[in-house]
Amino acid sequence: MTKSILLCGVGGQGTVKASRIIALSGMEAGLNARTAETIGMAQRGGSVVSHVRISDQPIFSPLIPKHTADVLIAFEPAEAVRCIDYVKDDGVIIVNKKAVTPVTASLSGSSYDGTEAIKYLQDNFSHVKVIDGDAICEKCGSDKVLNIALLAGAAASGELGITVDGLKDAIRKQLPQKTHEMNLKAVDIVTEG
Amino acid sequence: MGNEAAAFGAIHAGVNVVAGYPGTPSTEILETVAKNNDGSIHVEWSVNEKAAMEVAAGAAYSGARALVTMKQVGLNVAADPLMSLSYVGVKGGMVVVSADDPGPISSQTEQDTRTFAMFSKLPVFDPSSPEEAYQMMKDAFELSEKIGSPVLFRPTTRVCHGCASVEISDSYDKNIPDGFVKDTQRWVIFPRTSFLNHQKIEKRNPELGKELSSYRFNTVTKRSGRKGIAAGGISWAYLNEVLTRIPEAKDVSLFRVGTPFPFPEKAALEFLDGLDEVLCLEELDPVIERALIYTAGKYHLGVTIHGKHDGCVRTAGENSPESVLSDVGSFLAVKIPESRKLPEKPETPVRPPVLCAGCPHRASFYAVKQAMKGKKAVFCGDIGCYTLGNAAPLDMVDTCLCMGADVTIAQGIKAVDKDTTAFSFIGDSTFFASGITGVVNAVYNKNDIILIVLDNSTTAMTGHQPHPGTGITMMDFFEKKKEGIREDIANKVSIEQILKGIGVEFVETVDPFDQKKAVETVKKAADLSGVRAIIFKAPCIALEKPKALYEVDADRCKSCHKCINEIGCPAISMKDGKAFIERTLCYGCSLCEQVCPFDAISQKGGAL
Repeated sequence: MTKSILLCGVGGQGTVKASRIIALSGMEAGLNARTAETIGMAQRGGSVVSHVRISDQPIFSPLIPKHTADVLIAFEPAEAVRCIDYVKDDGVIIVNKKAVTPVTASLSGSSYDGTEAIKYLQDNFSHVKVIDGDAICEKCGSDKVLNIALLAGAAASGELGITVDGLKDAIRKQLPQKTHEMNLKAVDIVTEG
Repeated sequence: MGNEAAAFGAIHAGVNVVAGYPGTPSTEILETVAKNNDGSIHVEWSVNEKAAMEVAAGAAYSGARALVTMKQVGLNVAADPLMSLSYVGVKGGMVVVSADDPGPISSQTEQDTRTFAMFSKLPVFDPSSPEEAYQMMKDAFELSEKIGSPVLFRPTTRVCHGCASVEISDSYDKNIPDGFVKDTQRWVIFPRTSFLNHQKIEKRNPELGKELSSYRFNTVTKRSGRKGIAAGGISWAYLNEVLTRIPEAKDVSLFRVGTPFPFPEKAALEFLDGLDEVLCLEELDPVIERALIYTAGKYHLGVTIHGKHDGCVRTAGENSPESVLSDVGSFLAVKIPESRKLPEKPETPVRPPVLCAGCPHRASFYAVKQAMKGKKAVFCGDIGCYTLGNAAPLDMVDTCLCMGADVTIAQGIKAVDKDTTAFSFIGDSTFFASGITGVVNAVYNKNDIILIVLDNSTTAMTGHQPHPGTGITMMDFFEKKKEGIREDIANKVSIEQILKGIGVEFVETVDPFDQKKAVETVKKAADLSGVRAIIFKAPCIALEKPKALYEVDADRCKSCHKCINEIGCPAISMKDGKAFIERTLCYGCSLCEQVCPFDAISQKGGAL
C-alpha cells in the first residue's frame, strides 16, 4: 500500500502540522513515510503545499508525482484548484469551504469567494467533500481545529491510510493535552455530520 | 526532518562545538543540536557566518569536532576564512554545512555549494535523503580528520525540509579535544606555507577522488544497454521514482554521485565504459555533467554527455519527479502516457507571501511613507521578512541585494542622486550580522542617510532565532523561551548604544504603532542631514498572543477602501461592499483603526 497525500493552503493555516500528523501516524503503524514541506519566506501568507507519502514499500521521491495523489486536503478552495494536477483521476478531495482573499485580490477589487473553485472541483472529480471549517471551528470553540477537521474528512474517506480511530489516537499522542477535547470533537462533527 | 537527521549525525559523531547563522533551509540543524544538547556541546548562533566559521575553526585547531551551519549565500559571507582554512587545515574534524536552495524557494541566488567546493578545493558530501544526511555526517567528520581539512556538506531544500523515518545509532563517538597546541608554522598563514600547502592540496584531491570511488554513496550499476544516467542529490531520488514507471529503463546503467568533489573518477570510468550516451540529472550547476565531460575527454572516450549544456535538462530551478520523468523519457525516446486533460481552470487569485496581519514592519513602512509623501526619497531594503514591504500597496522597498547592503547602497545612491532622501531599512538581526560596518562607513565618510532599524526582537523570517539584541543564547534559549522574551537579561547588546557609540547623533526609538509619533519622528529626521537613525521597536507577532481583535462597524464604513488600498493587511477584505476583518488573522495591532477616516474600525472581543 502506498498513499500519497497532498496538503495545500495559505501559510499559517496549519498544513505543516497536519502533514506531520499523517507522517508520524504512518511511522507509528510501521510504514515508511516521506514528506516535503514549504518552510521559510513562502510561509508568510503565501500559497503553501505539503507532500506526504506513506507506504509499506520503500519510497524514493518526497514530492508526489503529478496525477498520482490519492487525497488532496485543501485548506482553501483556490489553493485546491492550483494543486489539482497532482490528484489522480479518481482521487479524493477534501476542501475547506472558506475562501481566504489575498491582498492582491482585495486591491484589484476581484470578487473571489471560492464558489467557482469548489464548483470546478465538483464538476471534474467524483469524490469531493466540502467541509465548512468556519462552522466546525465555531462549534469547537477554536480556530485551531481546522487542520484536524480536514484530516477527519480525509480519514473518513478511507483513502488517507489512517482510520478515523487512528486519527483520534494520533491526536491523543501527538497534540498537547489541552487541545485533545476540542480536536476530538472536531473529528466527531465531521465524521458523524 | 533532514536537518534534524544531520544534527543527530553530528551529535552521534561526538561534535564538541556548533556555530552557525540562521538561513533557510539550514536553520533547524543548529536548533536540533541545541534542543538535544546535554550541556557538553558549545552551541551558538554566531553574529554572522564569518564569525561562525572562525569560531568553529578555532575549536577545530584545538582538536574539537566542529560543525558550522548556514545557507548557501551565507557561505559567501564566510568565504574569507574558509578559503584560507582550506590551506591551513584543521586538527579536529570540521564540517561546514551550506544548504542550497534550488528554485530558489527562499533565497537571493541559485548558487551551488558543490561549485564552491571546487573553488575552495574542499571535499563535499551531497546527501539525497534525510537518511543519508544522518549517515554522511559521520563520514564527513571522519574524512575531515583523516585529511586534516574542513569538508563541505551540502543538503538541498528537499533533503533539509523533508521528513523520513531515519534509523539512528545508540552509540555515540566521544571526542575529547586535547586543547590548542602552539605551532606557528601550522596555524599562522604565510605566503611560503600557502605555496607548499597548495601543492599538497592539488596532489591530495585526485588521490581522494580515486579513494572516494569506492565510497558507499558513490555507486555504479552496470546494465546491458549502451545508455547511462548519472545523478546526485535529490535528483537521484526522483530518478529512482521515475525508473519504477519506465519499464524501458531496465537496461540503463546508473551512476549516483554522493561526493561530487573530488570527483570519483575511477567510479566514473567504470560507469562510462561501453556507453554511447549519458544523461546527467542534477539541480543548480552542471557539476557532475562537467566532470563527466572532462573525464570523457581526458580518456578519449566516445561517449556523448547530455545535460544542461545541450538543453536536455533545465538550467535553472528545482527538478521534480515530472521534470525527471520528461527528461528520462526524451533521453530513452519513450513516450510517456498522457494524463487526463482537465478543462481550463477558473482564475485563481495569485497569493504571494505578505507581511503578516499585525506585523510591526507594516506600521513602520507606512509611517515613513506618510512622512515622505510628495517628497523625493529612495527606500533601500534588506534581507528578512521586511523585504515583503516591497509589495503593493506599501511599495516601500526600492532595492534589496544582500545582508547589510541597504545601509551602504543608500550611501552610494545619495552620493549620485543628491536631492533625494536616502533611507535604509534593516532588521535587528541583520543589523548585528552586517549592518554595523555600513553605519561606521556612513559616519566616517559623512554620508547622508536615514537608517531605519526595524527591531522586532527576533530573527523572524527563519523561524524566530535569538540574536545579540535579545541576550538569549542557544545554550539557554530553549529553557528561557518558555518564559517569553525576558526583559531582565543582562547581556543584551543595545542597538541604540551601538549607534550612539559609532557617533550617530540623531537616534530615536519609537513604537511604530504610535503612528502620529512615528510620522513626526521621520519628518524630524528628514529635515536634518548626516546619519540619522530611527529604531522602530515592536515585537514580532509570533512572540506575542493576539490582543483584542478589531471589527468594522458596517454602518460607519463608507466603503472608501482606504484600509485596503493603504496598508494591505491580509486580514482585511471587502465583504458585501464593506470592509471586513477576518478574525482568524487579526492580531489587534490597531493600524487599521488609525488609518480609517470614519472611525468605523474598533476593538471588539478576544481571539477564539
